[in-house]
Amino acid sequence: MLKARISVPARARQGEIMAVKTLISHPMETGFRRNSLGQAIPRDILTRFECRYNEKPVFTATLHPAVAANPFIAFHVRAQDSGKLEFIWTDQDDQVTRVTRELTVDPAA
Amino acid sequence: MIFCALLAGCDKNPTVIDDSPSAPAPVATAPLPEMLSGYHFQSADTQALQDDQFANPGMLWVDRGEELWTTAPQTGKPACAGCHNDAATDMAGVAAHFPKYNKSLDTVVNLEGQINHCRVEHQQSSPLVYESDDLLALSAYVGYQSNGLPIEVAIDGPAAPAFAAGQAYFYTRRGQLNLACNHCHEDNVGRMLRGDKLSQGQAGGYPAYRLEWQSIGSLHRRLRFCNVGVRAEPFAFGATQYIELELYLKWRAQGLPVETPAVRR
Ligand code: HEC
Ligand code: HEC
Repeated sequence: MLKARISVPARARQGEIMAVKTLISHPMETGFRRNSLGQAIPRDILTRFECRYNEKPVFTATLHPAVAANPFIAFHVRAQDSGKLEFIWTDQDDQVTRVTRELTVDPAA
Repeated sequence: MIFCALLAGCDKNPTVIDDSPSAPAPVATAPLPEMLSGYHFQSADTQALQDDQFANPGMLWVDRGEELWTTAPQTGKPACAGCHNDAATDMAGVAAHFPKYNKSLDTVVNLEGQINHCRVEHQQSSPLVYESDDLLALSAYVGYQSNGLPIEVAIDGPAAPAFAAGQAYFYTRRGQLNLACNHCHEDNVGRMLRGDKLSQGQAGGYPAYRLEWQSIGSLHRRLRFCNVGVRAEPFAFGATQYIELELYLKWRAQGLPVETPAVRR
């Protein structure tokens, strides 16, 4: 499994807009480069990222060869109910890296 | 002579120091009136990336290093943590004193060399390949425990000859472009060299994540670039000459904070 870093609060108030940051180690090899022997380096990229909040997709992104290595993706999610946030990266060969975080939501003040 | 056309100072006389083994230890006075980390010369975006302890991509290697720290080798010997305990306390400030003289090896070693010494001597394992992700991860992790602490290396006693050799290397012209380190990193600090703003060539941020590499890299990887940049033949990773140069660079950076993992363009 790839190494991922996730920054998301463990607790939030209902309705609060939470900043979510993700970083994952991946070469994002474009497939356009050649090695020192002139041979093409095969493409190796992540193609999709998804964040699910209690099973429901709240953020998705399609990744392409121009994305730099170790993709950093940041977005916002509105806190609604306690539960789990899932972060799912899928590569070009459908290999999946999945990280889960629990979230506790307190009633709005 | 593209570099010479871009740079002032090519016509200046070089400061050549006798680097023969019998040379007396050079006088160690700070070469620059004001010490500035490479951070100072980076764009605001790159600085922000370094400052963000989460988004800094070098932290991926620090995380990996933390795992390796507690992973015991196959040989039945203890993990790094088995002898050194908690890195946050046991390794705090340690990287700031490297390179340093190692008694059992009777030579000056850098942090990578020390880690591999522990692998071989104390873990009965094979040394990690220089510039492998695992060695970068461990050196980044150990280096990170000194983040913010001032660099301070010993250059006296058994380290004196290495220091003198490193200093001599710094001020010796080399390569088809016939430039010494100081021609870029002292005489032309703050000026542009193609896409880069020339810094003082301080070494406190390594291993550092370089955007151009799309990876973290060791100081020796950076030094190889600076050699190739003047069309000189680079040394191998971990070469004695680079360790001597590293000692000189760390002394030259004395007092600047360790920034591992720094982010550079
Ligand atoms: C032709 C100019 C040139 C010469 C000569 C040169 N360098 Fe560099 N060096 C650069 C450039 C360009 C960079 C990247 C921008 C910067 O930090 O200055 C760099 C970066 C560095 C860095 C990293 C600084 C940081 O904060 O990340 C170090 C250390 C360094 N050089 C050391 C050396 C040493 C030691 C020598 C002599 C062997 C040397 N350089 C010779 C151009 C040069
Ligand atoms: C069996 C015990 C043992 C293990 C396991 C071990 N070390 Fe060490 N380490 C030592 C001893 C003893 C020293 C000091 C003397 C020397 O260099 O051999 C040392 C010194 C060091 C130092 C320098 C400390 C200083 O203050 O200068 C570092 C850094 C270090 N070890 C890192 C590591 C890492 C990283 C690992 C795992 C890959 C590791 N060690 C595994 C015993 C161990």
